[in-house]
Amino acid sequence: MKLEYDLVIIGGGPAGLAVALEARRNTVKDILLLERDKYLGGILPQCIHNGFGVQYFKEELTGPEYAERFIDQLNHDNPNKVDIKTETMVIKITTNKGIIAINRDDGLLHIQAKAVVLAMGCRERTREAIAIPGDRPAGIFTAGTAQRYINIEGYIPGREVVVLGSGDIGMIMARRMTLEGARVKAVLEIMPFSTGLIRNKVQCLDDFNIPLKFNHTITRIEGEKRVERVTVAQVDKNLQAIPGTEEEISCDTILLSVGLIPENELTREAGIKLDPVTRGPIVNESRETEIEGIFACGNVLHVHDLADFVTEEGEIVGSAVSEYLKRNRKFRSQPIKIVPGDNIAYVVPQHIDFIVPGRKKIKIFMRVKKPAEKVSITFKDDKGDMLASYKKAIVTPGEMVSVYLPEVLLGDRSKNITVSIEEENKE
Amino acid sequence: MKADVVIIGGGVIGTSIARELSRYSLEIILIEKEDDVAMGTSKGNSGIIHAGYNADFKTLKGRLNIKSNPRFDKLCQDLKVRFKRIGSLVVGFNEQDMKKLRELKKNGVKNGIKNLEIIAGNKLFELEPNLNPQAKYALYAPSAGIISPYKFTIALADSAVTNGVKILLETEVKDIRIKERQICGVVTSRGLIETRTVINAAGLYADEIAKIAGDSFKISPLKGEYQLFDKQWGNLVNHILFPIPTKLSKGILVAPTVHGNLLIGPNSCRVKEKDDLSTTKAGIKEVHAGARKLIPYLPHQDLINSFAGLRADIEGGDDFFIEASKKVRGFINVAGIESPGLSSAPAIAEIVSDILKEVIKEISPQLELNCKDDFIETLPEQPRFADYLDKTDEWQEIVEKDADYGEIICRCEKVSKGEMLRVIYQPLPARSLDAIKRRTRAGMGRCQGGFCSPKVLKILSEELKVSSLGITKKGKGSEILKTKTKDMIKQAGVKFKDEVRV
Repeated sequence: MKLEYDLVIIGGGPAGLAVALEARRNTVKDILLLERDKYLGGILPQCIHNGFGVQYFKEELTGPEYAERFIDQLNHDNPNKVDIKTETMVIKITTNKGIIAINRDDGLLHIQAKAVVLAMGCRERTREAIAIPGDRPAGIFTAGTAQRYINIEGYIPGREVVVLGSGDIGMIMARRMTLEGARVKAVLEIMPFSTGLIRNKVQCLDDFNIPLKFNHTITRIEGEKRVERVTVAQVDKNLQAIPGTEEEISCDTILLSVGLIPENELTREAGIKLDPVTRGPIVNESRETEIEGIFACGNVLHVHDLADFVTEEGEIVGSAVSEYLKRNRKFRSQPIKIVPGDNIAYVVPQHIDFIVPGRKKIKIFMRVKKPAEKVSITFKDDKGDMLASYKKAIVTPGEMVSVYLPEVLLGDRSKNITVSIEEENKE
Repeated sequence: MKADVVIIGGGVIGTSIARELSRYSLEIILIEKEDDVAMGTSKGNSGIIHAGYNADFKTLKGRLNIKSNPRFDKLCQDLKVRFKRIGSLVVGFNEQDMKKLRELKKNGVKNGIKNLEIIAGNKLFELEPNLNPQAKYALYAPSAGIISPYKFTIALADSAVTNGVKILLETEVKDIRIKERQICGVVTSRGLIETRTVINAAGLYADEIAKIAGDSFKISPLKGEYQLFDKQWGNLVNHILFPIPTKLSKGILVAPTVHGNLLIGPNSCRVKEKDDLSTTKAGIKEVHAGARKLIPYLPHQDLINSFAGLRADIEGGDDFFIEASKKVRGFINVAGIESPGLSSAPAIAEIVSDILKEVIKEISPQLELNCKDDFIETLPEQPRFADYLDKTDEWQEIVEKDADYGEIICRCEKVSKGEMLRVIYQPLPARSLDAIKRRTRAGMGRCQGGFCSPKVLKILSEELKVSSLGITKKGKGSEILKTKTKDMIKQAGVKFKDEVRV
C-alpha cells in the first residue's frame, strides 16, 4: 500500500504523542502515528507507579493515567484527525523520508513523508552488554521485562531477587516485587552513587528496608536450569572486583537495571550521524537530525529521567516540524556548536542552527559525568570568556540538568560554546 | 516401544545418522535427554565447515572432513540451511609461522584440497582490510565455509522425522539391556524400547553410555568460550580468520556468522563437569586478547552474547572413535567427535550406516535393508521476513495469504508471528523460548528477548495449550514465571479487605 503524509511519527510513546498533539496545534495536517505495540503510550502502560506528571500537569499521576491524558486528546473530536496505526512495525527509513512498515491488515506499507519524527524510545542494556560471567539459566530479566510480566501479563517472575543496578526501573521493580511478596535481597550498584532519581531511592528502597550496596557488582551467575545463586563482590575505583570481598547470595531471579540504550537501528541504517555518548542522533535546537526534515525526540534522542521531560521535548519538535513544513526558517550564517566541557557527559542540542525572531532563550539539557555539590554551570566562548554561569547546589548523573542559554549571548563571533561544571571551592 | 535402531543423542552426529538411516525401511528412534536437539556440543561451537588441511589424511578426522566438505552445498540447499563458502585464512606474522603455513598447505594438498594458496603482502589486506597490519602471510582456503551448527542439526532432525524417524525429547537413558552379549533394549525415563541395535552418539556423555554396555573410554570436556557481536560489526572481516594452530586447537578465530554477526573464540580450557557451560572473566579476556591479535580494532561495546561450548575430547586418543563394540553385539560407538566433527558429519553418518549394515547382517539377517523409494530429500522452503527486506512485494503476497506473517514479534531480528507458528508445528516442534530462538532468531538480537520474550511466551502458551507458568526457557526446571500476581501474598496469609468487583 502506498501512502503520503506531511508528518509521520515513528513511535506512540510520550514523545510521539506530544509531537502529534503539538504539531496539530500548530496546524500541521495529514499526520500519521505508527506504533509497534497494540496500544499507544509506549512503556507508560506498564509503569503503574505514580510520579508522572508532577512537572507537566502539576499533579501526580500513574504511567497509564499520564498516557491517557494525551491519548484522550488525540482521540478527541478534532476535524484534523491524526491517523494512527498500531501493531505496525517500521522496518526502514530512507534519507528522502520514505518509510517502509508492516502490519497484519495492510501488509507492507510504503509511506512518503514530508517530515519524519523518530520517537522509537530506548531498550534496556542486557547481561551481555555488561558481560557478567557464569551460567545461562532462566531467571535473568531486565527490570523492564519483569515489569511487563507483572503489570501487563499478570505473572511474577521470581520469589527471591537480586537487583543489579540502581537505575530507576530497577528500584521501582525492587519495590514492586516486594509488594507482591517476593524477597528482594539486595540492590547492587557498581558506582559509588545511585544512577536513578533520589526520590526513587528513598521511596522504593529506603522505605522498604531493601539494602542498596554501592561499589558492588555481580561477578558470577550460577544455576543450570534456573538461577540458584550469584556471587557479588565489592569493586575498586576502576570498577574491578576486589579479591576476598566475594559473597554468595542465593536467589532465583536477577533483575538488571544497568542502563538504557536509544533504539537507533533505523536511524543508523538511514545514514544519520549519532552522538557516541547519547547514542542518539546529533541534533540542532529543533531536534532536527543531520537530514533536513527528520527530527528526533524522547529516549531515542537521549535517555530522560522523567516522562514529563520527554513530553516537553516532543512539543519542541511538534512546533519545529510546523515551522519546517511552512518553510519559515532562517539559518544562522554558521551553526554554533555546544561542546561538553569539564564533568559534562553530553549536551542536547549539540548545535544551534537558526535565527528565530523573538526567541529569548534556548533550553540546554545535559548530563554530568560524576556527582558534585555547590557547582557552577558555565558557558564559555572560543576564547574562554565566560558567557554565563548558573549556580546549582547538587548535580548527579542520575538527574538530567537543564539551563537556559540567553539568546543575546549567541553572537556571531564564537563557533563553539563550551559547557562545564565548575566546583566552587576549587577556585 | 520397539525399534530396529535406537540412536542415543540428538546432536549433529545423532541427527545426521538418523537422517541417513531414514533412507532405509527401518524403525528408528532417536532419544535426547534435553528438550530439543543440538543442546550440547552442536550448539556451542564455531560453526565452521573446515577445508580439511589440518588433520592427517590417515586419520578419520582428515578423511571424513575432506569427504564431507564438498557435500555441504547440496545438503544445505536440500535442508534449506544457510551455508556460505566464504573461505578461511590462517594468518602468520613471521618466518616461523610461514614454515607452519607451508606444512599445513602441504598436508592439505596431500589430502586432495585444491585452491590452497599462500598469500602475502597487499593481497592479504585486499582480502581483509581490517587485519592486523603486522600480519605477513596467510594460508588461504577458499573451500572453508560458515553455517549455523544448531540450525543445521535442527534441519537434519526435521528431515529425519519427515522420513519416519521418531525423536523422543526429554528422554534419558537409564539402562541398556544386554542378553548373551547382544543388545536387546534401552531402558529410558519413558519406558523400555526393545531393540537389537544401539548407536551411541551421546557426545560428552558417550563414555557413560558406553560404560553401561561394557565399553571403556573416557570423554574429558574441553571448554571453549565465545563472544558474539551485534550485526553492525558483521562486516569487520570477510573470511574466517585463524591464528597459527597449535597441537591442542585451531586457536581463537574471528569470523562473520551466516546471520551477519561477528563471532570470536574459542579458548580452550579443561573442565571437570560436563554441564559446565559457564563463561568466565578470564575466558572472556583471553578470547578478546586472542581475537585482537588478528583484528586489533574490535569493538568494546555492542556485545550481544557470550556463550561456551564443550568439546567431547576423548582421553588418550587423537581421532574420532567410530566402531562397533567388540564386547557387545549391536552396539556402535560414535564418540570423541570434536573438531572437525561438524565438518565431517555427513561422512560420519555414511560410515556409521555402513557399519550398521554389517552389524545387522550378522545379528538380524532377517531384516532386509531396502532403500525406501519415498525418501524425501528436501525440506520445504521456510520464508523469513528478515530475508525479504529488499523484496517486500514478495512478502506482501505471503502476508495476503496469511496475516500472521505481517505481525512482527521480534523487532531486533524482524521475526513474524507466522514464522513462530511454523516452528511450533514443524516435524520436530519447538516447545521452549530457546527452541523458538534457535529456529527463528527471535530473542537473539540486541535486546536479547527483552521486548519479545513475553510475546513469544504467550504464543507458546496459546499454541501448546499450557499455562504461561509452564512455559520454559530450555525444558523442565527452567520455567520463566513463578506465580500469578497476588498469589504470593495470598499464600503468605495476607487477606484482601475487598476483592475487586467489576
